[in-house]
Amino acid sequence: MAMGDPQGRQATAAPATSVPVLELRGISKAFGPVQANKDISLQVARGAIHGIIGENGAGKSTLMSILYGFYKADAGEILINGKVTHIPDSQSAIRAGIGMVFQHFKLVQNFTVLENVVLGAEEGALLGPSLAKARKVLTHLAQEYELHVDPDALIENLSVGHQQRVEILKALYRQADILILDEPTGVLTPAEADHLFRILANLKREGKTIILITHKLREIMEITDTVSVMRRGQMTTTVKTAETNPEQLAELMVGRKVLLRVEKQPATPGRTVLEVQDLRVKDRFGVERLKGVSLHVRAGEILGIAGVAGNGQTELLEVLGGFATGTGTVRMNGKPIDLSGRHADGQTRRRDGIAHVPEDRQRLGLIMDFTAWENVAFGYHNDPAYQKNRFIMDNAGLLRETAAKMQRFDVRPPDPRLAAKNFSGGNQQKIVVAREIERNPDLLLIGQPTRGVDIGAIEFIHQQIVKLRDAGKAILLVSVELDEILSLSDRVAVMFDGRIMGERIPGETDERELGLLMAGMNGKAA
Amino acid sequence: MDRLPKWADAVLVPLLSIVIAFVLSGIVIAAIGENPLNALMIMIDGGLGSTYGWGYTLYYATNFMFTGLAVAVAFHASLFNIGGDGQAQLGGLGVALACLFIPWPNWWVALIGATAASALFGAAWAAIPAWLQAKRGSHIVITTIMFNFVGAGLMLYVLKHFLKPAGSQDPSSADFPAHLELPKLGEILGAVGIPFSKDPPVNVTLLIALAACFLVWVLIWHTRFGFALRAFGKSEPAARYAGISPVRITMGAMLISGALAGMMSINNVMGEAQRLVLNSSEGAGFIGIAVALMGRSHPLGVLLASILFGFLYQGGAELSMWTSIPPQLIWVIQALVILFTGALDNMVRIPVAAAFRKFGKRRT
Repeated sequence: MAMGDPQGRQATAAPATSVPVLELRGISKAFGPVQANKDISLQVARGAIHGIIGENGAGKSTLMSILYGFYKADAGEILINGKVTHIPDSQSAIRAGIGMVFQHFKLVQNFTVLENVVLGAEEGALLGPSLAKARKVLTHLAQEYELHVDPDALIENLSVGHQQRVEILKALYRQADILILDEPTGVLTPAEADHLFRILANLKREGKTIILITHKLREIMEITDTVSVMRRGQMTTTVKTAETNPEQLAELMVGRKVLLRVEKQPATPGRTVLEVQDLRVKDRFGVERLKGVSLHVRAGEILGIAGVAGNGQTELLEVLGGFATGTGTVRMNGKPIDLSGRHADGQTRRRDGIAHVPEDRQRLGLIMDFTAWENVAFGYHNDPAYQKNRFIMDNAGLLRETAAKMQRFDVRPPDPRLAAKNFSGGNQQKIVVAREIERNPDLLLIGQPTRGVDIGAIEFIHQQIVKLRDAGKAILLVSVELDEILSLSDRVAVMFDGRIMGERIPGETDERELGLLMAGMNGKAA
Repeated sequence: MDRLPKWADAVLVPLLSIVIAFVLSGIVIAAIGENPLNALMIMIDGGLGSTYGWGYTLYYATNFMFTGLAVAVAFHASLFNIGGDGQAQLGGLGVALACLFIPWPNWWVALIGATAASALFGAAWAAIPAWLQAKRGSHIVITTIMFNFVGAGLMLYVLKHFLKPAGSQDPSSADFPAHLELPKLGEILGAVGIPFSKDPPVNVTLLIALAACFLVWVLIWHTRFGFALRAFGKSEPAARYAGISPVRITMGAMLISGALAGMMSINNVMGEAQRLVLNSSEGAGFIGIAVALMGRSHPLGVLLASILFGFLYQGGAELSMWTSIPPQLIWVIQALVILFTGALDNMVRIPVAAAFRKFGKRRT
């Protein structure tokens, strides 16, 4: 991001005392046979922004949960300001000056900001004095750190970015000295993320220490002073951010060299495969989620749908995938398809040549208790190729086909009889992608293709998507990762509040412009 | 989570549960002043000690296989069919109508016809709650329970007003024609030279039950419908994504379930009583729930659990005959078995898993 606050870097020179504000010594934690943290040692200097990166399942969250008193470490000790500190629960963590901002906010939706901040830190039997005190503190914090939130607003009426500020305020109100943020930008627009980073820089200037957990290399490079890399439960490296680069960090995370950019030739789009006109979808409460979407996807191109999660992308995929109903016109290869749900479902869509990698693979894309081979048949279980005769399915044949697919898509472990839930996120996604892409569909709907997927698998899945495009197929890509949209798409459409705000060509736009569209503001004329 | 080896999951855990249930039962028996070991010996001798005892055990087991399979099939679609008892009684009505009003040439043609009629009537009785669930969202647990009562009331009405022979005081149907009597297992085995008591009511229906176990296994794990049914049972949102119709699965699973429950009646109505009486199922529909739970909804598990419960029924009957142990205590023993194998499964499973982990570690 080009808008990183320069103040952030300058403050690195804050007077570092020789005693680290936080030190971990030999922390280990096992869950049954799984060693989640293995002999982790770490020092964080006062007033620093310290990044911790690692793939999913590398042990970041476990480590932070130990620090916040949710888990008890099997071995090792925690030192705060040089003193050994026991943290058996979150109350002790708060007393030790540790504040935590979770990925999923822990706010009471129908309480006001003030009430949420005071909740759990009330003094005395009556609420009045606590609230009055909190109001004063909040005003002060808002001025000091650019943490402006209306103290009397209800949480449910606040944007996600503001809700996150309330979480930070909660921690500061409890006089947190060390602030831990777990994947804080996952739910934010680029502009909101920039604001968050300015807040973090302000906090740092005032001597707070910040630990930032993320899997986004760009954020690490932009805002942190030091960075630690975790891999398979171990802390592999801690380096000064200025002395490293994204490629090196990626390699440290994955353990091998990775290609961060998607390599692809310019698209050669052909005939229109999917044509959507004035598509409208209402949810079960009657609220309109898609408010007249029109778009088209041609053969041999990738149309990326950018946008903050929850602006209608999910509904778009569901209605095109045949398991939600809507109104409007959708033509597939020139033929209108049913949106009412009366004459069509996921099965007819598949016969129409539409394959779908859903956004939520664990809820929709896979049956977690089914084996890998059953999941390969899932959705295509009526395919004549998968039947031995009129009544009996060809389980043995499916087993063989799955083994071959697992080989081609490098799914590990390559065991077709293993239940889906026993694979890692990346390997689960590879099973879904292998199933859908190898149907050779005319149109591939693919949502959040790399959510919760490790870097090595991201590279592979991106290559497969581009390969399908180059084979002359149409691809509709939905992702909240702007990087992913920009590097994969041939055209980008931005969704906001159930509408397409505008369409751009990736090479001719930048994140700032897309960010404005994502926030519902038309930058240039659409 | 900890994973157990398959054999431990399927055999060791249920076995331990049964042992615990028996030990607790023993304590209860000792508490009322009887000798638990003596009681156990009477049960084993009465249920398994002779071909006569086996005959009764297998007769009861045949009932439980049908009702257990009925519950198991619905379980795979994540539907809890508690209405097996009502469906079985309605199945009995189908058997009675077929046997009383159609002039069959011989027993085996009649058996085919009566089987079809029992399945049809059982399925029809399950169809109404299924339709209410699929289309209206009325919870199947509630509706199937209520349909047991409605079914019982309907049976009383039909028996009293239509099937009861004129002048009879007993609300039961006339006897079926004698030539429709089904061959006993003892006769079948005797024909191939295996001596087996001809007194107990176990009959050719046992073979149909065994075939049903096999066919349900094929249905669940080797057909498209079974695949869709299991997918729907594991995750309804995912099933919708795949284009699997919740209505079709709910209806299909419940029709098959009701048909299986109904088929139980060829064993007790046609095979044993030779006429339709009130409450013909005698609660076998409810035992089917325990059988399916204990058998982990697998046909082989259902088969084994059916034999266990058949043994408990027969052994329990012997127990109340030869000791002062009241028949109610038999229910306690059965309830303890259900409690430990069904509801308290994890109480045994978790320590076993922990033991396996420890043992496994030591080996490596």
